[in-house]
Amino acid sequence: MSKDLENKENTKYETFTQKEYMVMKDDLLRPIEKTGRVGKIWIGFLLAVILAGIYAYYLQETKGKYETTSLRDYTMWGVYISNFAFLVAFIFTGVLMSAVLKLMNFEWHRPLSRIAEVISVAAIMMAGLSIVAAMGRPERLYHLFINGRIQSPIVWDIIVIITYIAVSLALLLITMIPSLTTCKNHLQNKPKWQMKMYEILSFGWEGTEAQWKILKRSIRILIVLTIPVAIFVRTVTAWLFATTLRPEWDSTNLGAYFISGAFLLSVAGMILAVFVFRKAYNLEKYLTPMHFDKMGQALVLMAIIYIYFNINEYLVPAYKMSGLHKNHLLNMFTGKDAVFYWSVMFFGVVMPAILPLIKAMRKPLPLTIISIIVIIAGWLKFYLIVIPGLAHPYLPVQDVPASWIHYFPTLIEMTIVSATIAGMLLIITLFSRLFPIISVWEVAEGKLEGKEEIINYK
Amino acid sequence: MENENNNSSRRNFLRLGALGGIALAGTAIANAVTDESPKTTGKKVKVLTADGKLVEVDSSHIEHHAADDDFSKAEIRQGIEGKKFIRVIDLAKCANERKCISACQTAHHYLAPVEYIKVKKMQDSELASPYWFPTMCYHCDNPPCTKVCPVDATFKRSDGIVAMDPDRCIGCKFCMAACPYSARTFNFGRPEQLKFTEEHKNDTSVANYCTTPYAQEGTVAKCDFCTDRSAKGLLPACVIECPNGAILHGDEYEDVVTNGEETFRLKKLLADRAGYRQFEELGTKPRVYYLPPVARSFPFEDAEKVQNAKE
Repeated sequence: MSKDLENKENTKYETFTQKEYMVMKDDLLRPIEKTGRVGKIWIGFLLAVILAGIYAYYLQETKGKYETTSLRDYTMWGVYISNFAFLVAFIFTGVLMSAVLKLMNFEWHRPLSRIAEVISVAAIMMAGLSIVAAMGRPERLYHLFINGRIQSPIVWDIIVIITYIAVSLALLLITMIPSLTTCKNHLQNKPKWQMKMYEILSFGWEGTEAQWKILKRSIRILIVLTIPVAIFVRTVTAWLFATTLRPEWDSTNLGAYFISGAFLLSVAGMILAVFVFRKAYNLEKYLTPMHFDKMGQALVLMAIIYIYFNINEYLVPAYKMSGLHKNHLLNMFTGKDAVFYWSVMFFGVVMPAILPLIKAMRKPLPLTIISIIVIIAGWLKFYLIVIPGLAHPYLPVQDVPASWIHYFPTLIEMTIVSATIAGMLLIITLFSRLFPIISVWEVAEGKLEGKEEIINYK
Repeated sequence: MENENNNSSRRNFLRLGALGGIALAGTAIANAVTDESPKTTGKKVKVLTADGKLVEVDSSHIEHHAADDDFSKAEIRQGIEGKKFIRVIDLAKCANERKCISACQTAHHYLAPVEYIKVKKMQDSELASPYWFPTMCYHCDNPPCTKVCPVDATFKRSDGIVAMDPDRCIGCKFCMAACPYSARTFNFGRPEQLKFTEEHKNDTSVANYCTTPYAQEGTVAKCDFCTDRSAKGLLPACVIECPNGAILHGDEYEDVVTNGEETFRLKKLLADRAGYRQFEELGTKPRVYYLPPVARSFPFEDAEKVQNAKE
C-alpha cells in the first residue's frame, strides 16, 4: 500500500506500543472468552428457528408441495427463489466493505473487513440451500454432476457459487492467520478442540518478514479475485431470470440492476451488523460513529445508483408500454400490486438515497433503523421481481383455480425462508464467538502509520 | 401417501442398484464361462422395424415387451427416423367444446385443473372479434426450455418433438420459467392426482391411451404430441376427440396434415389459409401453426361458465 495515499486520509493514528496492543487484544478477544446470557438466548433463538425450518422442510417433502406450499403452475417460483436472490445480494458486503476499501486504501476498512467477509460466506452458503428447498426432486441433485450441461444458467450458477465459496473462505481464513496466533497465545480456559483449531488454522505462523510478505501478497491476490467472482455470482443470478423470454425479466439491464441492488443491500446489512457487534461486544472504541458516517454516505451513493437502474428497468419500458410489457407493468404501477410496489420503491430505493444526506441521520441508531427498513424492503423487492410477473405471462391466464394466480406464501414456506436467514445469522454469530470478529492485526497495523517495522503480536 | 411413494421409490432404487450390480457381475461371469450365443430355433418371425421395413429374424432373437411398456429411455431421446411432426390448428373450427382437453387428460391419466392443451379466449383488440385459441406445447424448433435445462431432462428429438425424461428431471422448473407460452405443468403432488396415478398407472384400456406417463411427483410434464401414438402412426388423443376437426396433425416431410377425416397438403394449406405461428417475433420457431379464424364454421359464443373453478 502506498504511503502517499495513506497519508491523504485524514485519520490520525498514534504510534502504537506493545502495551496498547495488549489492551486492544483484550478488547477484541473478549467476545470469544465468554458468552453472556443475551448471547446464549440469541443463539438458542436462531437454533429454534432453524429447527422449525427443518421440520417445515420435512413436512413439505413428506406431505407434498401441493398441500404445503402455494406454488402452482403459473407461479412455480415462489419465495424460495426470491429469497435466494435476496441472500446472494449480501456477498457484496465482502466486495465493498472489504475488497474495494482495501484496494482503494481507505483506512477505515480495518475493523470492518472481517465482519464483511463473514457475512459474504454465510450468505452464499444459505443461498445455495434456498435453491435446494425449491427443487421438486432434491434427492436428484447429483444429476447436476452426472448429467450437467454447460449451456444451462443453473450450471453456471453452481460453478460460480462454488468458486466464490472457495475464494471467500480462503480470503477469510488466510487473513485470519495472525489473529489466530493471537488467539492461540492469549486465550485461556477454552476447550481442547478449540485450541487445537487455532493451532491448525494458524499454520505455524511466526510472523517473520517472509511470512508477512507471503500473507500480504496472498490477501491481495484474493481480494482482487473476489471482486470479479462476486460480480459473476450476482450476474448469473440475474441471468437465471434474464435468459428467459418472460416479459418481466426480458431485460439487458438485469445483471447490472441486480448488482446495484446487491450493493445497496450490502451496505444496509453491514450497517446493521456493525451496529449489533458494536453494542453486543462493546466495540465502541473500534467501530466508531465515523464508520457509520462513512457507511451512511455509501448508502446514499448505492441508493442513487440503484435508482438509476430502477429507472432503466421500469420507466424505460413503461415509456414505450409495449404490448409485451403492458400486462406486467400496469399491474405494478396501477393494478393489484400497486400499493405494494410503490411502498417497496419508496422505502427500499428512494428513502435510503435521501434520508442519510442529513448528517444526524448518519448517527448509529437512526442509520441502523434506516438500514433495517432497506433490508426488509429489499427482501420484498425480490419478491416483486420474481412473483407478480409469473402470474402475468404472454398468453392470458384463464380457466384456472384462484390459487393458481394469487400466490401468497404459506406458513411452511415462510418458516423455511426464515430458517435460511436464521442460518446465515447463526453462522455469523458462531464465527464471532470462535474467532475475533475484528481483525486484531489489521487494526494494529493501521495504528502503526509512519513506522516501517512490522509488529509481531506476542 | 407421498412419503410412502418416495421411500419405496428410493428403496426400489437401491434394491435395483444392488440387483443390477449382481446381475452385471453374474452375466459377465456366465459369459466368460459359457461363451455361448443364444440357440437358434430355425423358426423365422416377421417383424416391422421402426422405419417401416418388414424383416425376418430368428424367433430366439425376439424379446416380448408388454403392450403398455413405457418407452425406453433411448427410444424417448431418439425420435422416429424420417418423421418431422407438425400441427396446424384451424381457429375457424374451434368452438371451445373442450373435448381435446378431457381427451388428453384421459389418455395421459391426469386430472383437471392440469391441462396440457388449453383453450383460451383471445381478442386482439376491442374492434377485433374474439375467437377460441387452443394452445399446447409448440415443440419449438428453437426451444427456450431445452436450452435452460441443467440436466438434459427435456430435449429436442430428431422428429421435432420436445420430449421429457421424467426420470432425470430434478424439478428446478427453469423450463417452465423459460417457456413463453406457459405450456409446461408441474406435478406438485396433489393428493387426488397421486391417488389417481397410483390407481390407473397400468390402465391401458382408456380411450386413445398414450404410454408416455404423466409426470412423477416433483417433475415437469407437458404435451408430448402423444409420442408413442405418433410412433405407431396413430393420431394423438386431442386430434381424434375434437368434434370439429380443428386440430390437424401430420408430418412435415410427407407434407401432410390430417384431423382423421380430412387430409390436407401442409404447404398448400398454410399458403391458402395464411397460416401463422404464435409470437413469431420471439424466435422460438413453433411447430404448431394456426389458421386465422376467418370464414368460421359457427359464430363465436362466449363460455357459459368458468372451468376449473374448483381447487
